[in-house]
Amino acid sequence: MNKQSTNFYTADFQTQAVHLPGFDQAWLVKIRADSASAFSEYGFPSPRAEEWRYTNISALEKKRFSPCTEKSHAKIDSAWLHSAQLSDAWSLVFIDGHFSAELSLLEQLPSSVSIMSMADALSTCPERVLAHFSQAVNFREHGFIAFNDAWFTDGLFMHIPVKLKLEKPVQLLHIMTRADAIATTRNLIILDEMAEAQLIETFIGLDNAYLTATVNELFIESNAKLSWYKVQSESDKAYHFGGSYIKQGADATFTHHNFAFGGLMARSDIHCDLDRGSACELNGLYLGSKRQHIDNHTRINHLKPHASSRELYKGVLDDRARGVFQGRVVVAENAQNTDSQMNNRNLLLSNEAEADTKPQLEIYADDVKCGHGVTVGQLDEQSIFYLQSRCIDEISARNMLTFAFANEMINKIKRKNLHDKVLELLLARFPQEGIEKNWL
Amino acid sequence: MLHIENLHVNVGDKPILKGINLQINPGEIHAIMGPNGSGKSTLAHILSGKSGYSVAAGSISYNHADLAEMTPEIRAREGVFLAFQYPVEIPGVSNIYLLKAALNAIRQHRGLAEVDAMDFLTLVKNKVRILEMDEKFLYRAVNEGFSGGEKKRNEILQMAILEPKLCILDETDSGLDIDALKIVADGVNSLRSPERAFVMITHYQRLLDYIKPDFVHVLAHGRIVKSGGPELALELEEKGYSWVEAA
Repeated sequence: MNKQSTNFYTADFQTQAVHLPGFDQAWLVKIRADSASAFSEYGFPSPRAEEWRYTNISALEKKRFSPCTEKSHAKIDSAWLHSAQLSDAWSLVFIDGHFSAELSLLEQLPSSVSIMSMADALSTCPERVLAHFSQAVNFREHGFIAFNDAWFTDGLFMHIPVKLKLEKPVQLLHIMTRADAIATTRNLIILDEMAEAQLIETFIGLDNAYLTATVNELFIESNAKLSWYKVQSESDKAYHFGGSYIKQGADATFTHHNFAFGGLMARSDIHCDLDRGSACELNGLYLGSKRQHIDNHTRINHLKPHASSRELYKGVLDDRARGVFQGRVVVAENAQNTDSQMNNRNLLLSNEAEADTKPQLEIYADDVKCGHGVTVGQLDEQSIFYLQSRCIDEISARNMLTFAFANEMINKIKRKNLHDKVLELLLARFPQEGIEKNWL
Repeated sequence: MLHIENLHVNVGDKPILKGINLQINPGEIHAIMGPNGSGKSTLAHILSGKSGYSVAAGSISYNHADLAEMTPEIRAREGVFLAFQYPVEIPGVSNIYLLKAALNAIRQHRGLAEVDAMDFLTLVKNKVRILEMDEKFLYRAVNEGFSGGEKKRNEILQMAILEPKLCILDETDSGLDIDALKIVADGVNSLRSPERAFVMITHYQRLLDYIKPDFVHVLAHGRIVKSGGPELALELEEKGYSWVEAA
């Protein structure tokens, strides 16, 4: 731990705390104070911790970023905004970690649905926040959670009542404009029984160094369904931590699609707790080039019988990029008839790229079906020759195969508008020679 | 069209082909038969440009150009088509995408404009019907999850659409049941023309019952040890390879 780094942040905590939302709520003041003191003691996670062993954040600790305690008045370029904001969704736009009502699109929400900024929720219905806050994850997990607990400036509070199906997705669009700053949003999403919703989490930022440290707590009650898309396109100088912690009720369904494209160093945590008969599907695609470091960490806890989990993460790593996948599946003693599959496939495009992959199965029940598979490799020479023998030149053949490898994950996106946007991001990252976009 | 003269090919230091001479003219069908390890597949690979083989001596001239000087894709665009013994699965690339990319690469090579989308679809669907394939195959990933017979039929579909001048069929009959074999053979026969030549590499006489060759060559120990008409295949079927190997 870098003591100078933690001291730099905690020194101003007391003066900053009164500007943070919910400062008049004793319970939250206590959580924030406890978290700040935990952060003061442990700092950001160290590579000595098993779950951080492949990701050394000492470079981040050398930075002195300032928390965005005040609302930003930055003017957002409208073309840039529209490139990321989905027209067929309700959207909440956050600038430097603060909700912007002007840029958000929230017309015609069903009246029984609560969708509001976390700051609003803490001033108008704090008891509803209290009921779930810190229940899916807390500051003891690691330093980024402690930091988020202590300093979060805003976020989303969303509650979907029983049986209600949201007809449009809800987008959380995080835009970072300030250099050397930290955006800290905290999002709380609750789906009551048999409710259905889709969320899209998008991260973009100006070409600066900054830190995003966002935490999502998700409660999916029994028979409810939630689909979540994360599209991380931070600036290539940025640090990103995004954690989603999900509690699934009986027979609840959760699907996550994680597109990790941006950031100098980006880490994603996804933890699912599965109750009886519930199902989770985790899909991921990470692209690394230059000196990017992209870390994906997932944990699936099969707590009760008859739950299923499916996981497929794919990485494409070029130049000197490094990709990390740590997937842990824990099957509790009484979680009989668990059905779990975990796969991680990595494609290395350069000799200097690196993939670290560590699937872990911990099984304490005896009647389960669990499997995992991992590959790290280069493009298949047989496939390249086959395409060449079908008139495709070698460079195009390589591009085509690389694109096909990644595109499998993008094809899982059901919504056309979002699919096309993510496809654009993918195509922008790779040489397009040999890829005919209009045939796809 | 294809003139092979005293061709010696090595894999590493090991000589595989030891002086092949072969003349193939437009419109002809040549069968190359031989026991396992005789160098049949090496001949197919060296013609299509697969890496890992070196020409130690001799020459391959294709339409008066040196074939060995061309990359695999240039050979393909110039009309050399290899139907693979083991067609490769390409997950994530649809059949129709590859067909279109390949056809347009040929057209570009000839200085022609990209194929019109509607014309292309009509062409492809027509060929699919002739080969008794399901149209759904077009939208599936290339060869992924295809049965052995489906993969071979898919090779012939590609051949039908790309209209090559020299078609090399590497053990196309292997792994096919009799119904699939008939469909594949009908597909090949429908492509016979005075401008197009075929080289069929096969271990068994069976395929030649359905596709009648003009010439049969027997390859053994890296050399063509006997050449003749279609009756040679029947003789081989009857007497086995030891008969010619000893010769």
